Amino acid sequence: MLHIKPIVVALKRHKAGTVLIALQIALTLAIVCNALFIIQQRIGRLSRPTGMVESNLLAIQNRWVGVDDNATGPLIKSDLQALRQLAGVEDAISTNSFPLRGGGWSMGVRHDPDAKKPVSSAAIYAVDDHALSTMGAKLIAGRNFRSDEIVWVEQKAYAASPQIIITKALSDKLYPNGSALGKTVYITDTARPSTVIGIVEHLQVPWSGTWSDSFSDCVVLVPTQLTGNFGSYLIRSKPGQLAAITATAPRLLIKNNRLRTFSRDRGVRTFETVRAQAYKSDRGIALLMGVVCAMLLAITAAGIVGLTSFWVGQRRRQIGVRRALGATRHDILGYFLTENLLIGIAGVVIGALLAIGINLWMVTQFEMARLSMTYVAAGVVALLLLGQGAVLAPALRASRVSPVEATRSV
Amino acid sequence: MFSYYLELAMRSLRRSPGLTLLMVLAIGFGVAASMITWSVFRAVSGDPIPGKSSQLYTVLVDNRGPQYNDEGEPPEALTYTDATALVAARKAAHQTLLFDVAPSVLPEGNQSIPFIADGYATNADFFGMFEVPFEYGGPWHASDDEGRAAVAVISHELNQQLFNGADSVGREITMDRHTYRVVGVTAHWDPQPRYYDVFSGNQFGDPVQLYLPFTRAVDVAMDTSGRNNCGSNVDFGTGRDAWLHGECVWVPVWVELADQAAATSYREFLTRYAAEQQRAGRFHWAPNVRLRDVNNWLDHMHVVPPESRISLMVALGFFVICLVNTIGLLLAKFMRRAAEIGVRRALGAPRREIYRQFLIEAATVGLVGGVLGLLLTALGMFGVGLLFEPEIARLAHLDFSLVAMTLLVAVVATVLAAFYPTWRAAKVQPAWQLKSN
Repeated sequence: MLHIKPIVVALKRHKAGTVLIALQIALTLAIVCNALFIIQQRIGRLSRPTGMVESNLLAIQNRWVGVDDNATGPLIKSDLQALRQLAGVEDAISTNSFPLRGGGWSMGVRHDPDAKKPVSSAAIYAVDDHALSTMGAKLIAGRNFRSDEIVWVEQKAYAASPQIIITKALSDKLYPNGSALGKTVYITDTARPSTVIGIVEHLQVPWSGTWSDSFSDCVVLVPTQLTGNFGSYLIRSKPGQLAAITATAPRLLIKNNRLRTFSRDRGVRTFETVRAQAYKSDRGIALLMGVVCAMLLAITAAGIVGLTSFWVGQRRRQIGVRRALGATRHDILGYFLTENLLIGIAGVVIGALLAIGINLWMVTQFEMARLSMTYVAAGVVALLLLGQGAVLAPALRASRVSPVEATRSV
Repeated sequence: MFSYYLELAMRSLRRSPGLTLLMVLAIGFGVAASMITWSVFRAVSGDPIPGKSSQLYTVLVDNRGPQYNDEGEPPEALTYTDATALVAARKAAHQTLLFDVAPSVLPEGNQSIPFIADGYATNADFFGMFEVPFEYGGPWHASDDEGRAAVAVISHELNQQLFNGADSVGREITMDRHTYRVVGVTAHWDPQPRYYDVFSGNQFGDPVQLYLPFTRAVDVAMDTSGRNNCGSNVDFGTGRDAWLHGECVWVPVWVELADQAAATSYREFLTRYAAEQQRAGRFHWAPNVRLRDVNNWLDHMHVVPPESRISLMVALGFFVICLVNTIGLLLAKFMRRAAEIGVRRALGAPRREIYRQFLIEAATVGLVGGVLGLLLTALGMFGVGLLFEPEIARLAHLDFSLVAMTLLVAVVATVLAAFYPTWRAAKVQPAWQLKSN
């Protein structure tokens, strides 16, 4: 079959070109592997569920003006009443925060009030008995809050609630071998216990940054309405009514009381916008890496085409001689493909080591996960195929060199 | 000779347009990717107050103890108690404390809709320490801090909005139902990153609109709109007063210390302060204090977003690959002309001339690549918004230094890449080339 030895001997006469192609393949592999890995990680974050039914959901961040923190209770009640009666509204709640909002309140949850380190951090959503239906969260055990359990309290005066609903993820962290339902836990720094009365399947914390990844689905719902100058309304519209209430709800609130403000970019948002804003940089990074990968592969392929074409041009006479001595077109084609494969293999071996090295360094610098070997393997196959594809055109041209060339220009 | 070589270069580049285009594209894209990410990186990693960054220190005192602190590091700001005590001690040349507020501002007229303005509650030292420029008036006086006066400094932008840019010193503004007298209007001032308030995550926030005395803000119970963080299991009760005097951390403190000696003695003072708190029974652990200057603080808080560093590194890697590619293509291009080189050499051209000819050719490629890179960079500036948060994307801009750098990097990198191919070209043996033809 193919004779590798003469190819290696020939390559030794083109050391520089060989090394350059191998180097380019190695660097491309190293960067493409890591870039694809980053893309996959970011996309994975983008598609995390919030645990809510995200369609037909509107979020309004409200800020009162010139009202004492403890005097906002009646205003919020009046707002809620008006919102729940608004045409097109299914249900509405007032909450301190909601999934992907960006800002919120986290607490350490403990089994024991004297424990030094909490079992887990968790986000607190202070809501009422309409929360599950407004969010579309699924209760999988226990019961919802009753309306008589809801208390109104000033933010700074909040002390742990006697009843709480937690997410399944938090329940599993607290009681790995059973359910937290009916158990007592401590959610503030005080010794006031809270009983878990319900467990929801899933709810996400308000933050999307990597720092909150360790507790991204640990949430505590408390039957409390916090009075204060800042707050949010989550509003579920009837199907198809979202656009309408996005316009009418803020108008209704301003008519209800003029002394309030909605912030420019985060005041009135459909949940689709909330999600897009929360993951903007994740999507951006994935996009950048994708573009860079595509350009890198294109440039590497073009480089291989360029250099191989040059080699073919340089060796037309030798090819002619080989053809004159009986080598078939197939042999010539095979020669160039094998030559490229050898260079490619050298490149991907170095590249794979480099990819792993870069990843190990990134792990220390950016708290990134370890590169899975699947990516390296996929990258190796992709680059070898790319190399063979790139070399095909010049190799075909070489195979068409006529034996007559051997006799020319002598 | 230069113009002749330039002509030769143009002729040679035109002879193989495909190869030339490939090199120009590689350099153009490589340099553009590097420059776009660099423009963001230099904006987020710059020294925000170059002349003074080693004289401004943030003060940190561990009020949590080894059980609850962040792996030995004190919290990232101070409690109300420690902040006010340290500022009142006046042990540094200047000292300031601050917390961010977002009062509602009500323009004149009874049907006007209020809006939120972002600002800081701080003291008179703030303006001198951080070199705030003034358009009208000036900072309030230390006596206003003590007198808990209802005064305010507003920004150029807020002055435009409220008073159409007129000299508003002495006029009144209404914030959260209270009226304040304007004593100064700052010129546009927006240091990036906003080193003095990294605590609340405002390092790349929109420009600050107003400032008012810390003491006054506390009197009218204006809350911080930034972060606060209560992290030990001490039950200090509920309600505003308990919160104010509890162990919730929310006040960054900065001191100005002229030299290392002053910093050392301030550090000693701080240790003594923490030791006193230990003796008084408030802290149950040995003094654990930090004094960090601006750059050390920005570093410690990882202010440069990881997105920015990762994308800069990927872009640089990309550029390196483009250059490796260029080396290969130039090698192919130059070696194809071995016969021509042989003739030149045989006719008496020294190696030096061969070097000159081919490096000029490479520089031409680099320059054209640089111009392409410049166009792509300008284009990419619009795309930065896709990648970064809007508050970071607005920092990237194309200025003269970036334009100059794009062209310079493209040319220098290409010439460097051309050294090896040129060296090979200059090594061509004239006799051999002449013989084989």
